Amino acid sequence: MMLITCPHCGPRAQTEFTYERTIDSVVQPDADPAQAMEQLFTRANPRGLDEELWRHTFGCRAWLVMTRHRVTHTIEAIRSVGPVALP
Amino acid sequence: MTKYSALGLLRGVFNGQSHWQPAWRDPEPKASYDVVIIGGGGHGLATAYYLASVHGIRNVAVLEKGWIGGGNTGRNTTLVRSNYRQKPLHDFFEFGLKMWEHLSDELNYNVMFSPRGALMLGHSDSDMTTLAQRGDAMRVSGIDAELLSRDQVAKLEPLLDMSRGARFPIDGGLIQRRGGTARHDAVAWGYARAADRLGVDIIQKCEVTGFVRQGGAVVGVETTRGQIGAGRVAICVAGHSGHVAAMAGLKLPIESQTLQALVTEGVKPMINGVIMSQSLHCYISQSDKGGIVMGGDPDNWPSYAQRGQPMVTEGAIAQAIALVPALSRLRMLRTWGGVTDMSFDGSPIIGATPVPNLFLNGGWCYGGFKATPASGWTYAHTLATGAPHALNAPFDLARFQRGDTIDENGVGPMPNHR
Repeated sequence: MMLITCPHCGPRAQTEFTYERTIDSVVQPDADPAQAMEQLFTRANPRGLDEELWRHTFGCRAWLVMTRHRVTHTIEAIRSVGPVALP
Repeated sequence: MTKYSALGLLRGVFNGQSHWQPAWRDPEPKASYDVVIIGGGGHGLATAYYLASVHGIRNVAVLEKGWIGGGNTGRNTTLVRSNYRQKPLHDFFEFGLKMWEHLSDELNYNVMFSPRGALMLGHSDSDMTTLAQRGDAMRVSGIDAELLSRDQVAKLEPLLDMSRGARFPIDGGLIQRRGGTARHDAVAWGYARAADRLGVDIIQKCEVTGFVRQGGAVVGVETTRGQIGAGRVAICVAGHSGHVAAMAGLKLPIESQTLQALVTEGVKPMINGVIMSQSLHCYISQSDKGGIVMGGDPDNWPSYAQRGQPMVTEGAIAQAIALVPALSRLRMLRTWGGVTDMSFDGSPIIGATPVPNLFLNGGWCYGGFKATPASGWTYAHTLATGAPHALNAPFDLARFQRGDTIDENGVGPMPNHR
């Protein structure tokens, strides 16, 4: 189990979080069909680092972007997304 | 290689069982093969066996980075059944189930297939309707399915909590009596021995590190034991398909996630068949050694680590104990995790890839073990003829592009929303 540091709430148990998808698989409104197909249905799925969208579902409910290693589960970075993350 | 038989065992009594030989060779890789199969799990070994036995292609190598059967073949809950809802799926798995029934004879190796019945529980009126629909769909395709009343279920598995106050009340079930379990290691070893006997080279501790390309086509593989040329290369590494396919520049409709299982200490017979609940997500069976084997949901986040998080096993155990309260008295012996290819419609992918000479067998989600014979049979057909078998034609890689997905569970395109 991972200890995930939410940018808003601090370190919390993984049980409070849910995984959504990788950041590059969020379909953009202006994507053409081929692009949308790729984003919906394919994943780089690396045996290493990837950028993932998680949500602090059972906490502050904020969306987070986590850079995480898929073998060691080391979390390299976590940042907020959405209005709170705007400069 | 001698044939295993009762007479051979008896002869062994007089020579102190000193006649046993290694069941397969340990050859050095040759410079090239007609077909190189990446992955020495049940599927890869079955593919090699059917290439040699059905299609006469014996110049075949199976490359395994660890030891054969050490991945998901040795990490599943050993269930065999064909009670799927969608036609392409139940046709495929039924073809496989028929192969399971004769597999021990075919391989001259006891895979301990035990058709003890696979029971799906219904917990509500709507559950029972869904199960009736599923049973009807199966029977139309000639597969056995029987809708059971509450009393019939209670008689079949006396330890189920049938009370009305149960956490998950049981209203009935759907049973496939020909379903059951098999000995997972024996499947890998049986196929390995049979394939080896036909001349297939099984090369262990040989990890593929890249593909050799010539004008776009794959003509061989780079491995930790040198370069090996190949007429055709077959990826068969479910769990790690994304990793291997990426070496050829492919991005697959697959995400790798952990699936866990657990087993208790051995006890006297208490679970008669396989108990499943699809409304929950829980599988219970008793191994021939007496341990209660249980499985549940995948971990639902990407990982290649072969270890899971305790909260998921805790969920599976809670469900199992709610269904069979007596299980709470047992001690857990061990838990383990495997890396599974979660495909985006829940169905496997068997067929050609956009890269010439490169083929893919993967995306097995949590249902790969039961498919071993059918997967090997259809993949061997695809590799030998260059075209898919009728049974695996619907499971091609391009189906996502065509919008022709085979929805295993009826829930759309996200593996983690399943």
